[in-house]
Amino acid sequence: MAVLIYTENRDGKFTKASFESVSFGVRIAKEMNLPAVVLSLGTVDNKALQVLGKYGPDTILTLEDERFDTLDNKAYTAAISAVAADIAAKVVLFSHSNTGKAVAPRVAARMKAAYAPALTGLPVSYNPLIVRKKVMSGKAFADIGLSGEASVLTLSPNAFEVVEKPADIPVEKVNIPVDDNWFTTRVTGVQKQTGKVILTDADIVVSGGRGMKGPENWGPIEELAGLLGAATACSRPVSDEDWRPHEEHTGQTGKIIAPNLYIACGISGAIQHLAGVSSSKYIVAINTDPDAPIFEAADYGIVGDAMKVLPALVEEVKKVIQ
Amino acid sequence: MKILVTLGNVPDTTTKARFADGDTHLDMTGVQWIINPWDELALTRAMELKEDAANPVDHVTVVTVGTQEAEPTIRKALAIGADDAIRVNAEAKDAWFTAQQIAAAVKDQDFDLILTGIESSDYNGAAVGGMVAELLDLTSISAVSGVELNGNEITLHRDIDGGSETVQADLPLVAIVQKGIAKEPRIPAMRGIMMARKKPLQVVDPVEADALTSYNHFELPQPKPPCKMIDPEHVEELVSLLQNEAKVI
Repeated sequence: MAVLIYTENRDGKFTKASFESVSFGVRIAKEMNLPAVVLSLGTVDNKALQVLGKYGPDTILTLEDERFDTLDNKAYTAAISAVAADIAAKVVLFSHSNTGKAVAPRVAARMKAAYAPALTGLPVSYNPLIVRKKVMSGKAFADIGLSGEASVLTLSPNAFEVVEKPADIPVEKVNIPVDDNWFTTRVTGVQKQTGKVILTDADIVVSGGRGMKGPENWGPIEELAGLLGAATACSRPVSDEDWRPHEEHTGQTGKIIAPNLYIACGISGAIQHLAGVSSSKYIVAINTDPDAPIFEAADYGIVGDAMKVLPALVEEVKKVIQ
Repeated sequence: MKILVTLGNVPDTTTKARFADGDTHLDMTGVQWIINPWDELALTRAMELKEDAANPVDHVTVVTVGTQEAEPTIRKALAIGADDAIRVNAEAKDAWFTAQQIAAAVKDQDFDLILTGIESSDYNGAAVGGMVAELLDLTSISAVSGVELNGNEITLHRDIDGGSETVQADLPLVAIVQKGIAKEPRIPAMRGIMMARKKPLQVVDPVEADALTSYNHFELPQPKPPCKMIDPEHVEELVSLLQNEAKVI
């Protein structure tokens, strides 16, 4: 028996969310007195794989096959389930990323395992297994009891600190036959976001709302984001108006993010917007309306016109960063 | 071509979190029920695809797992334009239970395209679509923000972490959809509401299925300390707080 942790790479480099998953998986494996086994799919060089050893797993498995370099839900499910069966996994852990959300429920259904997504921290109890997640788009926490032989879990990004335990863990190749029939999708085009910080990975996010008045006023938001190494985001009306691309829409029906710092400029803070950002560690709100709900969610607030406050903020940030 | 849209019946997204029975259940008294917003986007796209004469879509069915209390939500979907509906007469216990019910109800109906919202706004599970696909042994594509048909060929756009991809696959398949998939959700017109009353709504009995998870305790997040207000003329104080107190820059 074991805890199996699927680690996700992007162009051969493991994501920060994967390091969080390994740290988390290693911790629950220890509590359950089981070995922690890490699995990578697709082409990743040995050096990148060895980095995973820093987070304390007992075994690193790799299924190197270029057919796994793009996501195919069915093929990933087949491969991960086969490895899970092989090591009699009690827990299979994913990041709650696009890939995790796509594959984990399928793996759970194939294994007939209990499924709990988007955990916000360590289990409340191990025997029986009870885990905690947010429900009602962040308005409440719920404890979920899992029954059945095995469990499939996904971990929310930024919910668990990465823990390093330097060790030299050998990398082993997985020996399962990969069937061509597993692959039923063809990726015919890729549009990569380049040169910008990826919103769901970002430690800091600078976001604009309708109070920014128009797309031509985004200069200071982008400048501040550039200075802080931050990603840019926006509220729903802004993406609906096509002032910004819909990939930037943050909120209940857009991206759900949990950065260390979220700076909301000209955003009133509708409940649907807060649902996407309320897990941020710190929220700064800049808004002309002192009664805007964003100030109830914020840690630091400035009542003022974001278009005037932002240039001043940019200057002040420049002073401390240089 | 036949399209199936799965519908979740959820509390209105502005509903306050309240609990009942010693914090073991969400308190649903007085709640306004709506179509899960992501499923509503899926339904909207299904209607757009059907209305475009270039597409061979001739039928849109909606399916939900729920008691009779879910019927107003189903009638709304019919009023928006779905042709018929299936209701599996059972309380949706968990995602696994729900997925087994949907799979059993539709497995012999040869749907070409199953559209399902990426998550629900009540339990935020993000699970049913993938589980249905697995149970029916169908291709699934998740985080889909675009679906285009060209005859019986389908092209999908999906978000990946840090970009997007164009994906092709053979039908039938399950598309798990999110924002971007459709234009604004539709408000049913009076004519649609009248017609919805006469559209077929088939009620089927649930199959024997297990639930593997149970919600056994709810609580509210810790209240946040009040917001510290900073004078807009002294932005340097904010920078200092972020640097020295929050330690985030």
